[in-house]
Amino acid sequence: MSIIVFLEKEGSSIRNTSLEAISYAGELSKTVNAKVVCVVFGTLESSQGTKAGLYGCDKLIHVEDQAFDQAVINVYAHALNDIMNNESGDIYITAQSALADPIAAKIAVLQNASIATNVAELPVAGTEFSVKRSIYSGKAFENLILTSPKKVISIKRNAIGLIENQKNASIEISDLKLNPDLIDAKITGTDRTTGKVLLPEADIVVSAGRGLKGPENWSMVEELAEVLGAAIGCSKPVSDVGWRPHHEHVGQTGIKVAPNLYIAIGISGAIQHLAGVSSSKVIVVINNDPEAPFFKNADYGIVGDAFEVVPKLIEVIRENK
Amino acid sequence: MKILVCITHVPDTTSKIAFSENNTKFDSTNVQYIIGPYEDYAISKAVDLKSSNNAHVTVLNVGRSESDPSLRRALAIGADEAIRIDADPIDTYFVASQIAGHIKSANYDLILMGRESIDFNGGIVHSLVGQMLGIPAFSPVMQLEINDSAVKMTREIEGGKEYLETTLPLIAGCQEPIAEWKIPNMRGIMTARTKPFEVIEEYESESRSANNNFELPKEKGGIQLIDPDEVEKLHDLLRNEAKVI
Repeated sequence: MSIIVFLEKEGSSIRNTSLEAISYAGELSKTVNAKVVCVVFGTLESSQGTKAGLYGCDKLIHVEDQAFDQAVINVYAHALNDIMNNESGDIYITAQSALADPIAAKIAVLQNASIATNVAELPVAGTEFSVKRSIYSGKAFENLILTSPKKVISIKRNAIGLIENQKNASIEISDLKLNPDLIDAKITGTDRTTGKVLLPEADIVVSAGRGLKGPENWSMVEELAEVLGAAIGCSKPVSDVGWRPHHEHVGQTGIKVAPNLYIAIGISGAIQHLAGVSSSKVIVVINNDPEAPFFKNADYGIVGDAFEVVPKLIEVIRENK
Repeated sequence: MKILVCITHVPDTTSKIAFSENNTKFDSTNVQYIIGPYEDYAISKAVDLKSSNNAHVTVLNVGRSESDPSLRRALAIGADEAIRIDADPIDTYFVASQIAGHIKSANYDLILMGRESIDFNGGIVHSLVGQMLGIPAFSPVMQLEINDSAVKMTREIEGGKEYLETTLPLIAGCQEPIAEWKIPNMRGIMTARTKPFEVIEEYESESRSANNNFELPKEKGGIQLIDPDEVEKLHDLLRNEAKVI
């Protein structure tokens, strides 16, 4: 049997979240005794096979048809379903994303499989296949038993982190071609910030709120993010009034982040915002209001004026680089 | 044009989450229930399409009678009729099968849902239903424009947006800013009482998972406050104690 892992790319490299999905499959393969078969589509940098092997990939199937670089969900889902059939895949692992979760759902239907998204840990080994999912927008977990013989799992970021399981991944070039009959929508364009750290995958997130008083004051947030190699987030009121784009909105109805470090500047910490950051390992709050509820949910805090504290922090980080 | 809006009946976003019976049941003591916020966008969009595209809007929930107030609220906002499939929403696969069962019997042009429920956060019911029925499904949809059967939409992706074109029928998981939230007015509340409200039996289907129990996250160990004049101390703690930079 095998575990199929769908790999997403950023440019022609495997995304970090997908490397975590390989790590997850690598760890899982030890308890279920399976081969880890990873699948990647379109243009790929040559060093990427070795990288996949580092985290536990036994075989990397590279579907070379470059038409896949701009494909829609339905096309990927059927291609992956065919590969899963060919490779006798029993478990399908993917890292949560706007592309990966809908594909996972379609595969679950095609394979008659159980499905769990938002998975936060490795399954518990035993007679029942039980996975821990994050629910109530990060405010709780459920332990869910996947009862069908086949399972589809989408993991949330930082479920287990990157774990090395050195394997010599064999690379198999697949000549699978994109099937145009499966195109159920046309992508007419994309509008993405490129060359920056993506919010859902960032190790560090610097986020700011209404305490910054106006969009013109975001340059210090951008500077702090730059020295830390961090992604930028914001609170809901800030994206509602248009100071920042919606895809930076962190919270219950926005992006849920799970970085190692979350720095909140001038954000009071409404329960809806906390729901989006509760999976962060370490939270730092900078706010001039000592009563801000965020302080109750943080690890480190500075009660002070962000316009003085943040520039100092940037300076200290620069000096110690 | 026939529109179906699928809604959830979920604890308010400010609810304190707790469990009872040895962590096997959600504790609904003092919990206010609402229509999921993403489905509020779906209903609002459907009501907008009523006037612009002469649509008829049906609102659907898979649940028990506790959900009725949320369905009535959807009618008060402007949906034309409500249907509740009388079943316990056991898991995502089961709920998707119920919705698919109903759609098969009714032929909708457009099916709107929220991007995800805010209780179980599965975020896949739209895609499951789409695959079950062979209807294109996209989520999270931020903008949706319909001209006859031609559809233009904007979907949020990591770090930006994707622009898509397709044709009806379509399933869309909605999120802001697809429409302005609408709240019921007095006239809406009055007319809702006379709108059709049907409770139907569940369709035959199975679940593919079983809930074992619930857990609450570990609480934070308390905050360390640092003086604003000692920013270098924060840097030191993040590097040497927390080891995150």
